[in-house]
Amino acid sequence: MSPNDLDNILTDREAPASMSEHQDVNYWRHANEFNGAVTIDDEKHREFDADDPENLDHAGRRNFMKVMGASMMLAGLTSCARQPEEKIVPYVKPPEHSVPGRFQYYASAVSLSGYAMGVVATSYEGRPTKIEGLKEHPASLGSTDATAQASILDLYSPDRQESISHAGNLATWNQLVADIARAVGEIDTVDGAGLTVLTETTTSPTVQGLMAQLQQQFPEMKWREHDPMGNNNARMGALQAFGRITATKIDFLKAKIILSLDANFLNEGPAHVRYARDFAVTRSAEANADAPDYVAREHFAHDEMSRLYVAECSPTLTGAAADHLMGLRYGHVEALARVVASRVGVANVTADPEKVAALDGAWIDALVDDLTHHKGHAVVVAGEAQPPVVHALAHAINGILGAVESGLVTYIDSPEADATDQQGSLRRLVDDLNNEQVKLLVILGGNPVYNAPGSIDMAAALNKVPLRLHLTPEYNETSELCHWVVPESHALEAWGDLRAYDGTHSIIQPLIRPLYSSRTASQILSLVLGEDATTTDYDLVRRRFSGLYGAESEAKWKKALSQGFVEGTTFAPVSVSYRGSIPAETAAVPTEGLELIFRMDPTIGDGRHASNGWLQELPKPLTNLTWDNALHIHPTTAMKYELEQEDVVILKVGEHEVRAPVMLMFGHPQGVATLHLGYGRQVAGYIAKDRGFNAYTLRDESSPWCINEGVTLKKTSSTYLLARTEEHNNIEKSLQTQAQKAEDRHLIRSGTLSHYKEEPDFAQRLGHHAPERENTLYNPDEKDYAGLSWGMTIDLNRCNGCSVCTIACQAENNIPIVGKAEVAKGREMHWIRVDRYYKGDMYNDTVESAHQPVPCMQCENAPCEPVCPVGGTMHSKEGLNDMIYNRCVGTRYCANNCPYKVRRFNFFHYQIREGQDAPQLKMMRNPNVTVRSRGVMEKCTYCVQRINRARIDAKVAAAKIGSDVTAIPDGTLVTACQAACPSQAIDFGNINDASSRVSLRKQNTRDYGLLADIGTRPRTTYLAKLSNPSPALAGADAEAHTAEH
Amino acid sequence: MSAETKNIPPALQVVAPLAQPGHNYESISRAISDVILEKPMPKPWYATIAIGLSLLGILGASSAYLFWEGLGLWGINNPVGWGFAIVNLVWWIGIGHAGTLISAILLLFNQDWRTAINRFAEAMTLFAVMCAGIFPLLHVGRPWAIFFIFPLPNTMSLWPQFRSPLLWDVFAISTYFTVSLLFWYTGLIPDLATLRDRSKKGIGRMIYGIFALGWRGSARHWYRYEMAYLLLGGMSAPLVVSVHTIVSFDFAVSVIPGWHTTIFPPYFVAGAIYSGFAMVLTIMIPVRIWFGMTDFITTRHMDNMAKVMLATGLVVFYGYCCEAFYAWYSGSDYERFMMLNRATGPYAWAYVCLLLCNAVSPQFLWFKWVRTNPLPLFLLTIVVNIGMWLERYVIVVTSLTRDYLPSAWGEYAGTIFDWAAYVGSIGLFLFMLSLFVKFLPMITIFELRVQQHQIDNGEIR
Repeated sequence: MSPNDLDNILTDREAPASMSEHQDVNYWRHANEFNGAVTIDDEKHREFDADDPENLDHAGRRNFMKVMGASMMLAGLTSCARQPEEKIVPYVKPPEHSVPGRFQYYASAVSLSGYAMGVVATSYEGRPTKIEGLKEHPASLGSTDATAQASILDLYSPDRQESISHAGNLATWNQLVADIARAVGEIDTVDGAGLTVLTETTTSPTVQGLMAQLQQQFPEMKWREHDPMGNNNARMGALQAFGRITATKIDFLKAKIILSLDANFLNEGPAHVRYARDFAVTRSAEANADAPDYVAREHFAHDEMSRLYVAECSPTLTGAAADHLMGLRYGHVEALARVVASRVGVANVTADPEKVAALDGAWIDALVDDLTHHKGHAVVVAGEAQPPVVHALAHAINGILGAVESGLVTYIDSPEADATDQQGSLRRLVDDLNNEQVKLLVILGGNPVYNAPGSIDMAAALNKVPLRLHLTPEYNETSELCHWVVPESHALEAWGDLRAYDGTHSIIQPLIRPLYSSRTASQILSLVLGEDATTTDYDLVRRRFSGLYGAESEAKWKKALSQGFVEGTTFAPVSVSYRGSIPAETAAVPTEGLELIFRMDPTIGDGRHASNGWLQELPKPLTNLTWDNALHIHPTTAMKYELEQEDVVILKVGEHEVRAPVMLMFGHPQGVATLHLGYGRQVAGYIAKDRGFNAYTLRDESSPWCINEGVTLKKTSSTYLLARTEEHNNIEKSLQTQAQKAEDRHLIRSGTLSHYKEEPDFAQRLGHHAPERENTLYNPDEKDYAGLSWGMTIDLNRCNGCSVCTIACQAENNIPIVGKAEVAKGREMHWIRVDRYYKGDMYNDTVESAHQPVPCMQCENAPCEPVCPVGGTMHSKEGLNDMIYNRCVGTRYCANNCPYKVRRFNFFHYQIREGQDAPQLKMMRNPNVTVRSRGVMEKCTYCVQRINRARIDAKVAAAKIGSDVTAIPDGTLVTACQAACPSQAIDFGNINDASSRVSLRKQNTRDYGLLADIGTRPRTTYLAKLSNPSPALAGADAEAHTAEH
Repeated sequence: MSAETKNIPPALQVVAPLAQPGHNYESISRAISDVILEKPMPKPWYATIAIGLSLLGILGASSAYLFWEGLGLWGINNPVGWGFAIVNLVWWIGIGHAGTLISAILLLFNQDWRTAINRFAEAMTLFAVMCAGIFPLLHVGRPWAIFFIFPLPNTMSLWPQFRSPLLWDVFAISTYFTVSLLFWYTGLIPDLATLRDRSKKGIGRMIYGIFALGWRGSARHWYRYEMAYLLLGGMSAPLVVSVHTIVSFDFAVSVIPGWHTTIFPPYFVAGAIYSGFAMVLTIMIPVRIWFGMTDFITTRHMDNMAKVMLATGLVVFYGYCCEAFYAWYSGSDYERFMMLNRATGPYAWAYVCLLLCNAVSPQFLWFKWVRTNPLPLFLLTIVVNIGMWLERYVIVVTSLTRDYLPSAWGEYAGTIFDWAAYVGSIGLFLFMLSLFVKFLPMITIFELRVQQHQIDNGEIR
């Protein structure tokens, strides 16, 4: 029985008479009271008078005894609560009966920018503990991104809104029902004018259906949408190009030449997990046709690789993956798009020659040459931050290049419930609010008070609405200004549905009853519709489902539950025609002065994940920054403004200003600064509050992604600590030294595709050779790994540095967060980290960067083992370097002696620090992994709990058929990092089995051991990174390359 | 006088005597035992014990908080897992080398000048090893489980891991402490008997009597004593070399550039003697003045000790040169970068200071004026003590901050709790020393009498 039910019982009676009726009204305190206008303060008093059984503040002894007595009695009833009869069908291995101690898996979905990503949620005795990707789901293919991995923490977050509240006081669902019914009743008399529902981008068919119903019932009601990071430019671009809003689907498996116009398609957007997978497949060329690898690549020859050109205004991981990278000011991206469009043959497009002159001509020549020579296999992707015209140009170019014909680009109806111009929608909302035309505002999710552009005074506008309701997972800036705050159910505790980027209808099924008295958006809409207040989320989703599939719905529902999505619901391609009208180029781009670029934060997104400690502590790709945002600028630009790392500056745009710390970022386009949105929350829980600064306040409604005029920057005398997971002293010198050493030591081995074809074992020739195995005073075959012997490979050519492995590991292995101060001291606990190295001159406009995930190497000749005085780390029979937490006394000698520095020490009792001592977090822990206490060393175990589980399963299976051979079939056992990796860069398995995937990878000539020259014999090895530069541009690169070898 | 000194080589005739003339057996006994039994303690003693106690209080309070909160209070992190605690441990163990060296090795080499300083140096050794001994306990993550490190019988039949240098440390240091304590105590027995006999208060007589083990000074006692003392001296001598060799293995056995080097054992031992002698001088120079012992501890002693410092200081300097040379000669990028980073990286200040303190400053000891003048010598020993602490800091910290993978590089700085433990250990040292000079003879009475006998006979000067 949940707290809700108790609420219902307690308040299942008529609302108490309001206070004012008992009072003599001859006296008044202020004008409002005299006039009869009721303020929010009065509401508080009115709502909770002394007779309210829950208001114990003024209760007398008798009342107190009565209520307590009733409470005691009712408490006894909790044991009699009946489970609702809702069917949940487990995925893959439907157990005939639940076995305690075993995990159960359910197919579900989580929201990714409002779109579905299919997941498999793990349940342990009724508690969700882990989220994995759903193999069959088009947006996942079995992988996830970091936010999906971290959403398990959102469920148990101590910062969640736990109960319904009204004007800051606890309230009940029935009070809410009554109040909304009253408000809707008042509105209904005028056809619903005055009712406004504000949502974020959503693809939920249930919400869509309910909204349609609502619009039918109240023709004058308004549906407004606001999503600070939504893909509005893409919608408007499609509108501009085709005259209608469509969604674009790209099949990267067919893409041989890719041009990204400021698009971070590997890390952002509803399909990025899928895109990263497909892109990685096109990158895994092998020099020899018989080279052992298992990737099937239909459209590529075995030694063929895609080529990625990226033009961007702010460094992204997609840029880091590029073969050719160009850093530009914001306005120049359009110029580039125009010149490429006109050169590939798009009619009626001109480019301003002055702007074009600022671009690298050879780069464009090579690009255009590649695009035109790969018709049907070349694609241009426009980034969300770019204006609609760039999107329209991309559509035009893709049309000309035959990408649509070849199926590389597909246009479909937008899966969004209401694909509309959100920029206009927000403006109309604000106008309505300011004109006091809104009587009842229902805000479903989101935080518009915080994340509306600074040019809009959302708080003032909101205050003009007589009744405001906010459905939200956590109490935030918007909740503070709303009368009713209703906790929103997490995807793991309520029914729902969403569509994936390609339209696939996915079902969200709960694994647990709501932890708190939370509701879903569909329930709130149903309430506004005046439906029975006991209508459940399940009813609503089922009803919509029946509506969509009619007679087949029962069978389809059952199947969808076990599958996680409804088969065959991918949207059919729509045929669109390019209208051929691109407006002439607008005014010249200012080339002087600082240009501000706004970007979604790489870890906490638009701020919706700000309360998630895992994501806060995840080092942001490229900068390794944690817990903060900053003003990212190129060191040369910083020099121009006489700024140094961690200086605090005042950025002023119009009348808005923020104080931002400076973060030097190599490879950042010069004269441009990037601000990440999502920080600077004022009304939030412990994790999110007062971290960083709120860049939304500088944002302009009409140009939300860039401000290129009127930015003033003033240096202050103060500094601000930025916690990065690397050295802090003198960032410039330090990074330069690091880059030099990474190259000298051949830590990241990389080469061009052509070089690889000439010399397939180039990676293995670099650096000093590992000492021969026989060169030891001991018996080199002291340990024989007769049965199983574990190993791992990480393909640097596939890894794009997204860091989901770190979060997946954190979720799987009960890894605590340590907080900003501890990160700054270098005490982060991540078992697998993603190292970033730069290459080349750091003061160039763009720098090459490479990423290297580093888990424990499980060295065969492990330096950590012999130095422990208590045998706290020992070698297992299967080659693992095991930690025995109980033995560890914490001398930290092992960590010192680890050349890879992958060992992590519990300097404090981190499991209960930083707000992590909330009891509900204990429910989240993986029961198969020890929760480490203070003073103990820990590190990557190759997910030994999964190995043991697989071994037990294999033994049981063997025993059943009377065999004594316990074989763990290759592929049945995956580590958490491997499972989550969208690029499938990580492989793990038995290296004694020559046909296992990991063995095949290790036979690859690109395979090399990190620091193998010091004789550690690592079991984790790396596959060298390849690049595929255009021969036309390779000249300079090739010189540098030969110099290196 | 001239007849008595004619056998003495001319070179020795110009140096100061081992003891000022004019003493006899009685005056020696009185001069030393009166400090304990008769005279009030000099004012600086009260200041010293007060400082010692205050600092000890800091140690106690900061340690209690450390045990309560965890090691995060210190500056250690990933990658710098060892910080002040290990630096202090090695520093104190090094200081603890002088006593046994003076007592045992100089005894075996028949160096007469050890007589006046051996008791003091040995006591200092014991206290230094005690100071060192608290750091492993503070340093481990789970101090309540530190007994896992000892080979205790247990139901799991689990032994410690014998390949670990930390375990060798446990044996090396505990052996060293035990033998040093026995050696010191054995040497104290005849003097304890003297104090028992001279003590006027019953309680003093009783306590000294208990510890004097019934010493009556019979010929048989003296015979047994001499044999035992010589045997213990013989046992201690190899320990002088072994302890710091094994402590150096903590580093040399690892794979970290800057640690992984074969020069460490001799270089550590030389450094230990160097710092040990420096510390003996640091303490002795004021003490001989405060307690009026200038008659027995003369400039001759200071001169000889300074010469040992000069010799070992040069060995240490040679060690620095070897490290640098072999880093270059190895051809290994890791080694070369380690050296370059040490000299020019973020912790270059420590390396430069260390060279100034340990390589440049001992060169002043070539001058006799420096060796025989208390004030410059005192200042120089302080500089050397600082230098030797910095040496350990450079080895432990700079090597760990930047090792193999640049992405995992870090930085380190001691926090207030690191400093509290360090100055607290100095407090413990001062407190113990103060108690020692209050309750035990700081100079071996009976050996001085023997020395006086030899001087009177003209056997030595």
